[in-house]
Amino acid sequence: MAPATALTGRGLTFLLAATTSLALTSCEATAESSGALSGDRTVTVLAAASLTDVLAEIAADFEADHPGVTVETSFAASSTIVQQVNEGAPADVVALAGQQALEPLEQARRVSEPVVLTTNTLELAVPPDNPAAVDGVEDLTAAGLRLVVCQPEVPCGTAAATLFDRLGIDPQVASYEPDVRATLSKVALGEADVGVVYRTDVAAADGAVLGVEIPAQDNVVSSYPVLAVSGSPLALELIEEMLSARGQQHLADAGFGAP
Amino acid sequence: MTARGAGARLPLVAPAAVGVAFIVLPLLSLLVRADWADLATHLAAPVVGQSLRLSALTTSITMVAVWILGTPLAWLLARSEHPLTAWGRALVTVPLVLPPVVGGVALLMTWGRRGVLGGWLESTLGVTLPFTTAAVVMAEIFVALPFYVISVEGSMRGLDRRFDEIAATLGAGPVRTFRAVVVPMVLPGIAAGSALAWARALGEFGATITFAGSFPGRTQTAPLGVYAALERDPQAAIALSLVMLLVSVVVLGALRSRWLR
Repeated sequence: MAPATALTGRGLTFLLAATTSLALTSCEATAESSGALSGDRTVTVLAAASLTDVLAEIAADFEADHPGVTVETSFAASSTIVQQVNEGAPADVVALAGQQALEPLEQARRVSEPVVLTTNTLELAVPPDNPAAVDGVEDLTAAGLRLVVCQPEVPCGTAAATLFDRLGIDPQVASYEPDVRATLSKVALGEADVGVVYRTDVAAADGAVLGVEIPAQDNVVSSYPVLAVSGSPLALELIEEMLSARGQQHLADAGFGAP
Repeated sequence: MTARGAGARLPLVAPAAVGVAFIVLPLLSLLVRADWADLATHLAAPVVGQSLRLSALTTSITMVAVWILGTPLAWLLARSEHPLTAWGRALVTVPLVLPPVVGGVALLMTWGRRGVLGGWLESTLGVTLPFTTAAVVMAEIFVALPFYVISVEGSMRGLDRRFDEIAATLGAGPVRTFRAVVVPMVLPGIAAGSALAWARALGEFGATITFAGSFPGRTQTAPLGVYAALERDPQAAIALSLVMLLVSVVVLGALRSRWLR
């Protein structure tokens, strides 16, 4: 039974990953307080959902070079992260999708100047069997299409809205998902015919979804700012690691663009 | 009360007071942080009315379904002596302890387009459930029904068996006994169970966002509206939270004075 296999395989993994990223955001305080007890050997990163896979690789490199150091990562929509940090969520490094997401971050929370970590562009994600036969952005307004995008409050949702503006279309949306990985999982599960995600999410899905290119002249480029939000020396070291040739290689491998 | 009596009770009173403060302080903080001067403006935000209307609609349908399905189920569980009854009771109450988001995943696996029943539904009837208001109602029934069944079954089990027996000797069949004797006698239990189930349905978040997604006016219920608004317009989120708090307190208060003594 092929459909059942698809469900129990990658699609389910994605759904669980997306839901865990929601759940993890509430566990931040616990993670940080344990770090403080062990003598500041934990560095906590709150990052945009689209960085989920690549940051794990960068964190592994960093931990290998810094014995005894643990990198705690939590992923959510960038706007959620900014709001959490403003409310006092313990964190050392913040990496966000899009400069616009950075604006509401209070000046008092900014310990280092934001630098551009990387860039990303949008892509359409469709299930592997592409049931609605989506071949390009011109199909987004097809009748009965089940389109999912991020909610307009989060960066991938803002970018999708900008894309629709540039294309001069106002497509029917089935659901506004809380972050980009939730959007991706609805496509990976086959519940949606198409989702607007970052091109790196399609690459990270590793076959669970297929990508459909958006013409470069219409596409939206998001640059990802990263900055320290605590005085921990590990925070600056980790940002250096992200900007190093090795870190940038991981980002390039994941499909991100040069800063 | 003597001084000695008060001192002796302190080990009980202190933790109890901390317990009350732990619950009441966050509720008070919601009131403190609200922007009262501009509350009317925040309440006029589209997300507030839209999501409250949807929550009112979906929880009303949910309650009708819960009454129709849950009342006979509670009665059968209360009176059946079949060995499988205990298993049935345990299975029906799983959603009480299940994380709601897991319920959402389970509903997707069942009713999603590639789900166990959803694939068949789409290919034969052309019906797809995820991202619809119907999916919201299904998520709410899934989490609320067990609260109702457990509560009503408790009252029904407390009902003296002689009532059913007398009804039977007077010629009433099982259905008529249930309708004319049992239900009227356990109305307080039904009201209490309904209040619990309704509150659970109103607060439902995890299963809804997983199974039904979030679309304003279609699947974005009040809790999802609070979550979405918190990102962009925290005061609208607080205003919406205040309305939900008020509605919950009023409904529970009304039921308590009437039924839950």
